[in-house]
Amino acid sequence: MGSTSTLQPRTPAPARIPGQPLVCWLEECSKDSVPLVGGKCSSLGELINAGVRVPPGFALTTQGFRSFLSVGGLDREIAHLTHDIDVDDMDALERASAHVRSVIESQPFTTELEDTVAECYRKLSVRCGVPAVPVAVRSSATAEDLPDASFAGQQDTYLWIRGVDGVLDRMRRCMSSLYTARAIAYRKQRGYGDEQVAISVGIQKMANAYTAGVMFTIHPANGDRSVIVIDSNFGFGESVVSGEVTPDHFVVNKVTLDIIDRTISRKEVCCTVDPKTQQSQTIEVPHERQTVQSLIDDEITELAWMGKQIEMHYGRPMDIEWAVDKNLPSGGNIFILQARPETVWSSRPRPAAAARSGSAMDYILTSMLAGKKVS
Amino acid sequence: MKFPVPHDVKAKTIPGTEGWERMYPYQYQFVTDDPVRNQYEKEMFWFYDGLHYPEPLYPFDTIWDEAWYLALSQYNNRIFMVPPVRGVDHRIINGYVYISPVPVKDPEEIGSRVPHFMERAGHYYKNWDDLEAKWKVKMEATIRELEKLEIPRLADMEDLSVVTGALGESKGYHLLKNYDDLINLGIKCWQYHFEFLNLGYAAYVFFLDFVQKLFPSIPAQRVTQMISGIDVIMYQPDEELKKLAHLAVELHVDEIVNSSPEWTSVEAALKNSPRGTQWLTSLNLSREPWFNVSTGTGWFHHDRSWNDAMNIPLTGIQTYIQKIRKGESIERPMEQVRAERDRITAEYRCLIEKDEDRKQFDELLGCAKTVFPYVENHLFYVEHWFHSVFWNKMREVAAVMKEHGVIADVEDVWLMRRDEIKQALWDIVTAWATGVAPRGTQTWPKEVEWRKGVMAKFKEWNAPPAIGTAPEVIQEPFTIVLWGVTNKSLADWAAVQEVKDPDSITELKGFAGSPGVIEGRARVCRTVGEVGQLQQGEILVAPTTSPSWAPAFAKIGACVTDVGGVMSHAAIVCREYGMPAVVGTGHATKIIKTGMLLRVDGSTGAITIAR
Repeated sequence: MGSTSTLQPRTPAPARIPGQPLVCWLEECSKDSVPLVGGKCSSLGELINAGVRVPPGFALTTQGFRSFLSVGGLDREIAHLTHDIDVDDMDALERASAHVRSVIESQPFTTELEDTVAECYRKLSVRCGVPAVPVAVRSSATAEDLPDASFAGQQDTYLWIRGVDGVLDRMRRCMSSLYTARAIAYRKQRGYGDEQVAISVGIQKMANAYTAGVMFTIHPANGDRSVIVIDSNFGFGESVVSGEVTPDHFVVNKVTLDIIDRTISRKEVCCTVDPKTQQSQTIEVPHERQTVQSLIDDEITELAWMGKQIEMHYGRPMDIEWAVDKNLPSGGNIFILQARPETVWSSRPRPAAAARSGSAMDYILTSMLAGKKVS
Repeated sequence: MKFPVPHDVKAKTIPGTEGWERMYPYQYQFVTDDPVRNQYEKEMFWFYDGLHYPEPLYPFDTIWDEAWYLALSQYNNRIFMVPPVRGVDHRIINGYVYISPVPVKDPEEIGSRVPHFMERAGHYYKNWDDLEAKWKVKMEATIRELEKLEIPRLADMEDLSVVTGALGESKGYHLLKNYDDLINLGIKCWQYHFEFLNLGYAAYVFFLDFVQKLFPSIPAQRVTQMISGIDVIMYQPDEELKKLAHLAVELHVDEIVNSSPEWTSVEAALKNSPRGTQWLTSLNLSREPWFNVSTGTGWFHHDRSWNDAMNIPLTGIQTYIQKIRKGESIERPMEQVRAERDRITAEYRCLIEKDEDRKQFDELLGCAKTVFPYVENHLFYVEHWFHSVFWNKMREVAAVMKEHGVIADVEDVWLMRRDEIKQALWDIVTAWATGVAPRGTQTWPKEVEWRKGVMAKFKEWNAPPAIGTAPEVIQEPFTIVLWGVTNKSLADWAAVQEVKDPDSITELKGFAGSPGVIEGRARVCRTVGEVGQLQQGEILVAPTTSPSWAPAFAKIGACVTDVGGVMSHAAIVCREYGMPAVVGTGHATKIIKTGMLLRVDGSTGAITIAR
């Protein structure tokens, strides 16, 4: 586990560290902010500071989270509820989890915290020029994206939330996601106290996505570092991430940025906002649009260029979520929603392709003897 | 993938061509009366060599097929001892050449060939530049010898000098001997042709193979781009046209040069002015050797050189003059080509993770760059310069045959095999010596007429791209790069074969030869003679292209070919001009018609026809 420095077992966390903010803007975060705002938000801050186009937003910090829990002895109540739990008793775990989560979700924010969040949300709406700007509310765990990070809890995401009350409500739900039955059991088994883990919540302007999806700066199928692979579908990226549809698939040459392969799939559903109810929902894609390419060639090239910049910034292949905003003009409408290091190929040792001596002659001979398989 | 049985294909003789087999050497036939050979033929995979032979082969033109059948195979199998590959076997059906790479199957034998290969091929790779310099000397001497070779006419009375000089030999004997010399020079030239070529291709192929191992999704065109921008003489004829276009503008004779599509009238007009004469002097300097470039591939008697068909280089010069007048650049953007080559090479190199792989990359890239000039330049020496001179020498032989009534027209000679010509010359010289009529005057004209009818029927025949038993994988490296034969292309070819109505096809696949996407109108040009019809921005659709097509590339928006891999002429030139190319489509010239609206994606190899 990579972040033991931030998780010293059995060392009670102080209720509030002086000088640490309850909330902070994403642009104030960087890759070193994981203990304060979790992996997701710190990575967004890092991207913003690297000059990448990321929708603006703010985070309830782990400090804010602890402050929320410390009011009225909520933290002690949770400790009590989970103290003697038998991790092998699934029913007991589920009961305890449900109890803890309902306690958290019904706990009001302090006036100070509520005012702080409301003020940030108001400023965000002003910044975006949209009243009650739609936001995505996401949990941002301090140890997510690490190989055995499942103790961080469920990664909750709430899309297209408008208005302070809705935001506060989803923030509570994100915080409570730290207490799923599975997460409680995992921490018990590993000997971590509940009081030692913290969660941050990101509140980020939601791109009104015409098209969205994921992008790898390495070929996920063959580990080729010279290409960028993009999967896209109409609407929010959730339909791609969740595997609900077979997305359009593009392979772009990373060196020259030309599209070297494309597969346009039949995309039967997409995830978008209902303009009447202002709720995010999965809808059927109109029949005539199902086989239309969901991302135009110029966008593919621009997106791949952005992917290349992000990879250069991090110095390693990346796994990126992105969206194209339908309300903005081209050239400024592609947003990066998330970027994390690619883990599958990067951790796999690969044999050298070179012949033993490295001479051209040896390679030619070895290859001739092996025969050349062509596809 | 299912392909027809060769013997079944051959058995369906086109009515009226019965007996066509005698037009070609006997060993080229698929056989049914020899069970062992028949079985071997069935088990092998034969593909139609459309790269070299877009049309059925004339009996005489079979000479170059025999020449490379021998030369390629001997260098692989008997000289360099390439461990897993022997030669490439040949057959002919209805005038179309089918070839089949022959593998070494016994692992022990492969192993025993290894040390010899390392020693022999190693010697060439190690001393490449020195040996290549020697090759040029040998090759130029061979061409000079050919140029000097005399084809004597047979006089009624031999010159007195035969007596006074006590020569002891007649012109009849010299005719026989010099015909043999002519043929032998041709065969020798092809011996040299393959001296470096197999190794050159191997170096290139395995560089490609290595880079594709590191980057499985890299398009082959990007690998060839890493060895682009190296000066090769194959582009020199086109450079000469540009030079002459500039000179015409400088000397203010451009009006005259552009005054007519007919060279003879342009030349006559130029001779009337001192500046025109000055320009003609420069032209004549360019003509030797550069206008020996063939208007085709050089493989066929009907591929006349620029020197033979001056209207063609004239059209090229005129195109360039028009561009210069419009203020457009006609230079190949070599600086950009090299800068982009260096940029992408460096970027790919940076993406290599392991030090030993980076070292191997450097070694193989260096080797590929060393062999590249030969791989391109030999074409000018052999297929263009030598062949252009050779065809005209053969026309001199034919003139003698016509004089003696064995053939009715000089161009009839191509319907005879080279050994039949030797027999006919014997017939002629013995009859000449004896003072009687050659027997051939009664037999050959009839046979030639019949063969013309057969050739016309052969041209109508649709040669299947592949016959025999397809292997699981294609392993012979030359086959892949040169002929563009891979599992994928074969599957694409097989798929097109299955389509009953070619007018319904809207998608064609080929090799991504040069990146970029463009839409435009198609112009199908079967020969370089038709490129004059090209309009600015049209998409050229051709069986294949060669250096004499170069001026066409200044006009077009993209290029599509039937045959060729990423190293083919069309792909290389398009990459330099930065325009899309899809090569090795198999059937583009048959499916696409002039005027059709096409979308050519040179990055993926896809062509879409708007119907």
